[in-house]
Amino acid sequence: MTASPPRKEFHPPTRESFATRVVLVSVAVLYISLFLFTPLIAVFTEGFRNGVDAFLNAIVEKDALAAVKLTFIVAGIAVPLNSLFGLAAAWAIAKHDFKGKSLLITLIDLPFSVSPVISGLVYVLLFGAHGFLGPTLDALGIKIIFTTAGLVLATMFVTFPFVARELIPLMQEQGVSEEEAAISLGASGWQTFWNVTLPNVRWALLYGVLLCNARAMGEFGAVSVVSGHIRGLTNTMPLHVEILYNEYNFAAAFAVASLLALLALVTLVLKSALEWHYGEEIAASHRH
Amino acid sequence: MALEIDRVTKRFGAFPAVQSVSLIVAPGEFLALLGPSGSGKTTLLRVVGGLDVPEEGQLRFDAQDMTLTPARERRVGFVFQNYALFRHMTVAQNIAFGLDVRPSSTRPPAREIKRRVQALLARMQLEDMGARYPSQLSGGQRQRVALARALAIEPRILLLDEPFGALDAKVRKGLRQWLRTLHDEMKLTTIMVTHDQEEALALADRVAIMNAGRIEQVGTARELRETPATPFVRDFLDDTPSHAQGSGI
Ligand SMILES: Nc1ncnc2c1ncn2[C@@H]1O[C@H](COP(=O)(O)OP(=O)(O)OP(=O)(O)O)[C@@H](O)[C@H]1O
Ligand SMILES: [Mg+2]
Repeated sequence: MTASPPRKEFHPPTRESFATRVVLVSVAVLYISLFLFTPLIAVFTEGFRNGVDAFLNAIVEKDALAAVKLTFIVAGIAVPLNSLFGLAAAWAIAKHDFKGKSLLITLIDLPFSVSPVISGLVYVLLFGAHGFLGPTLDALGIKIIFTTAGLVLATMFVTFPFVARELIPLMQEQGVSEEEAAISLGASGWQTFWNVTLPNVRWALLYGVLLCNARAMGEFGAVSVVSGHIRGLTNTMPLHVEILYNEYNFAAAFAVASLLALLALVTLVLKSALEWHYGEEIAASHRH
Repeated sequence: MALEIDRVTKRFGAFPAVQSVSLIVAPGEFLALLGPSGSGKTTLLRVVGGLDVPEEGQLRFDAQDMTLTPARERRVGFVFQNYALFRHMTVAQNIAFGLDVRPSSTRPPAREIKRRVQALLARMQLEDMGARYPSQLSGGQRQRVALARALAIEPRILLLDEPFGALDAKVRKGLRQWLRTLHDEMKLTTIMVTHDQEEALALADRVAIMNAGRIEQVGTARELRETPATPFVRDFLDDTPSHAQGSGI
């Protein structure tokens, strides 16, 4: 059965026949076009259906602008904080041994395994008017639910794993030998982190921040629960799209949606560029 | 510098990797630490370098207790088994690192640092390699960069963990003599870990034989061969690998 004498050309064991490959590749391309490109194109064509002027008007409209601004504010707070915490958590987990380490790893992954809507509901249960901490916060004059603070908290929770998960495998792979070398050469802990640890993960960090940002700006479920959908006040872009759509204002909905789609495209391009140039430095994890 | 290791024990959990080890290294001495894999050689070096803290015993540099002194204050030149070069820094930046991180009160001026790096590059026969990254070097070149980086801080003692481990036999022999010359010219005090007994016996003033966390015997090549203190030392020196026997003369 194997290795009969009149052999054909060398055939790598993992290589399928030509016909099989053509069929598989075609199916994949067709599938991707159908489920990824078509909706993307639809978003832009719908957005521009009533002409460029209508598109621009929908975007500079007061509530739409407020939504764009709020999205940037929320991401502008949540992403830097998560980058910082993610970096700290990854550093602690990958470079040190301590009790409760595996618990911390599980906790970091928690937001990925919980439905965002549930995350939002937990915040309402905690901070809402009838929540556990609600009366206390009320007495202190602090409002979280239906405010920007609530949106930031919900977004932070949902997007926390991105940076940490990107960094942990890479930092673990790199080990601590360079840090030990730095310390024995006289560097302080801070100098070691700044000159050795951080530069060794800079591109992976950027990669994680990029993914974190894309998710922070596009997050719907969790923010939807804590937002209260107050137009011009607590509506982020994804929420605004939903409101416009529910009001049958399709052109405006798709105009705002195309901004989000544009963001996704920019993210995709930057992400690919990073993978292309620094693939090895971020290679420890390509699971997203 | 005189190094005294006084009944030092280092455990990992309940397992004693180094067990009540005492050893004195005289100023200017070249001492080789020889022993089978897992005998505790790296652990002993790490204790001297301050990367591991011993549970028992004392460590003295020139009679001064250093047992609990942080690694960064010991001025120990450590060349790691895997070199541990800073991968995102050039060769010149690697070598300058120990000087660059000094507080401004004790840091030499930038020109002086540059001059010292150049001098070390020349000494290591790496003149044209200053702008390269570690990934663009051969194993032997990396090894010399790691050595230059450790020497740049003018260490009180030089610790070499299998410096030739990753190199082929021919390159090892060339570097060996070169290292001994370097040690003599720079008036260093050196401990070198090695698996290779021929290397240890040929290069070092004295050899310490380690086994299962203990030092079995310390002495010159001749003493060890002629009057082995324990059966382990005799057996260990007996079964010299054939290639080493052939080239040892
Ligand atoms: N961080 C650690 N945790 C637990 N055990 C360790 C640790 N480091 C070393 N050991 C154990 O201590 C013993 C001595 O290890 P060490 O690295 O000092 O050996 P070595 O003589 O340098 O060996 P080699 O020649 O293979 O490098 C080994 O049994 C090793 O498994
Ligand atoms: Mg070792």
